[in-house]
Amino acid sequence: MATLPVWADWLISFFVLLGAGFAFVGSVGLVRLPDFMSRLHAPTKSTTLGVGGIIIGSSLYFSVTTHFSAHELLIAIFLFLTAPISAHLLAKAGLHLHLKLISNTQDLRKKPEQYADREAD
Amino acid sequence: MSKFIPAPWLSLFLLVFWLLLQNSITPGLIVLGAVFALLIPLYTNRARDFRLTLHRPLKALQYIVLLIIDIILSNFNIAAIILLPQRKVKPALIEYPLDITGEIPTTILASTISLTPGTITAEVSRDGRSLLIHGLNVQDPEAMIEQIKNRYERRLKEIFQC
Repeated sequence: MATLPVWADWLISFFVLLGAGFAFVGSVGLVRLPDFMSRLHAPTKSTTLGVGGIIIGSSLYFSVTTHFSAHELLIAIFLFLTAPISAHLLAKAGLHLHLKLISNTQDLRKKPEQYADREAD
Repeated sequence: MSKFIPAPWLSLFLLVFWLLLQNSITPGLIVLGAVFALLIPLYTNRARDFRLTLHRPLKALQYIVLLIIDIILSNFNIAAIILLPQRKVKPALIEYPLDITGEIPTTILASTISLTPGTITAEVSRDGRSLLIHGLNVQDPEAMIEQIKNRYERRLKEIFQC
């Protein structure tokens, strides 16, 4: 365990706590939001900043203690590529199964048939 | 582009990717990475059925920075919605008419919408002319569509010229 200068200590703690905080908020959202589609928002979103904060902290820590380290950025790149896809697939599955949405959801689809499953024709 | 460097941006991306994986920069690694970055696009070029040119690389960089700032700002928004007990959410399913064409720009726009907290792209219409967006807390759907159009779609249009 290397000793850190005070400024690095504070900065790294800030980023790690920020990341952990957002990851926590994402999990709370998963429990608190009312229906499937809005629950999707919490984890897919807060993980971007949650993981982001932690990898910045990690990158800073290893840059200060050993040598410059940036390959944590790869995690962010992979996450940014894959998070929207999993969110999209889950949302698609939700639409397909006609999951119940909470009553105050506004459905503004002008041409619902464009998004419906293939009709039996 | 040219015959020997069919995809210069892909090559550059592969080189940066390689150096990030190695987590160090030495002349030997750069040479080895450059060889890979030139050979892999040559080898896989026939398998790529989409042709894509980046017309404004600087704008693309600007787009990424804007996206990151937006993600951070709206993350705080979503956190506030989740944590404040009295806030009533007002979700909406919105049809978003697409101006841009092409698979890659549409994919990038849809991913952008999904990455910025508060909105998720749920479906692409069958004719490919609109996206179905689920918004977590939408007060004014028209304003939201307008914002996505101005902030992201206009820039993508400039970058890819489609």
